[in-house]
Amino acid sequence: MSVAPAETVRPEEDVETDSVVVPDKPWVTIVWNDPVNLMSYVAYVFQKHFGYPKAKATKLMTDVHEKGKAVVSNGTREEMERDVEAMHGYGLWATMQHDS
Amino acid sequence: MVASFRRARKGGVTITMGQVEHQVLQHVLGEMLQLVSVESGGDAEDDPLARAVGIGTATEAPEDPALARLFPDGYTDDPEASADFRRYTEPGLRSAKHERLAIALATLGDEPHKMQLDADQAQAWLGALNDSRLVLGERLGVTEDLEELISALGEDDPRLALLWVYDRLTYLQESLVQALWGGGP
Repeated sequence: MSVAPAETVRPEEDVETDSVVVPDKPWVTIVWNDPVNLMSYVAYVFQKHFGYPKAKATKLMTDVHEKGKAVVSNGTREEMERDVEAMHGYGLWATMQHDS
Repeated sequence: MVASFRRARKGGVTITMGQVEHQVLQHVLGEMLQLVSVESGGDAEDDPLARAVGIGTATEAPEDPALARLFPDGYTDDPEASADFRRYTEPGLRSAKHERLAIALATLGDEPHKMQLDADQAQAWLGALNDSRLVLGERLGVTEDLEELISALGEDDPRLALLWVYDRLTYLQESLVQALWGGGP
């Protein structure tokens, strides 16, 4: 479980207004290990859907396999809903949660 | 000799299956098509508007564990959010899986032949094979140690035949992933 979340933008200079925009990216998509999905297929799906390089896709797949789960993406809740839906379409066991 | 998928031009693949494999796949894909056709839970028929815009009425995971594996919850600890997520996603997922199975069956044809699949058809086969393995795996209680499972079954256990089918599907899917992905960056 070692995916770095997107860099959080911390506005330091333009804080004169009260309405500081905090990036709404606190949600993550988690893919869970299961005994059926092929390791090659899972890595292929990570590359195809997320556009990750083969090395990163393979690393994430290995994390799922060895650690039982891996955070495969982060973003807004709506973005994560789309990712989880896509993972379910591919037959991967995925859930989303607030990254508290 | 067991057939495997081979890379062809423009993201396509080819395969020539034997008679037995062809029959097994016809059977499995046909059963799968029926399985995903059944509406789980809710009464979408009672709500034509929801049906028209692709919103389902099912809010809980299907009781059949194999179907539940195809359409899992979107949240681990929030039943309400899972129910909403399911209403908005399950109908679309169901029809997508149905379509992939239908494409696989159509290209498989009635008789064994050299199948030449374009990139979209290859993706449909990839999904259809994976969904079939998910269902069979759930029915058989497959674990990561398949050898252990096989040795735990008696010689006359009918599940051995299903495990053989599962194993064939695994081999086919692996060859398809390699054909689509092998050698890429």
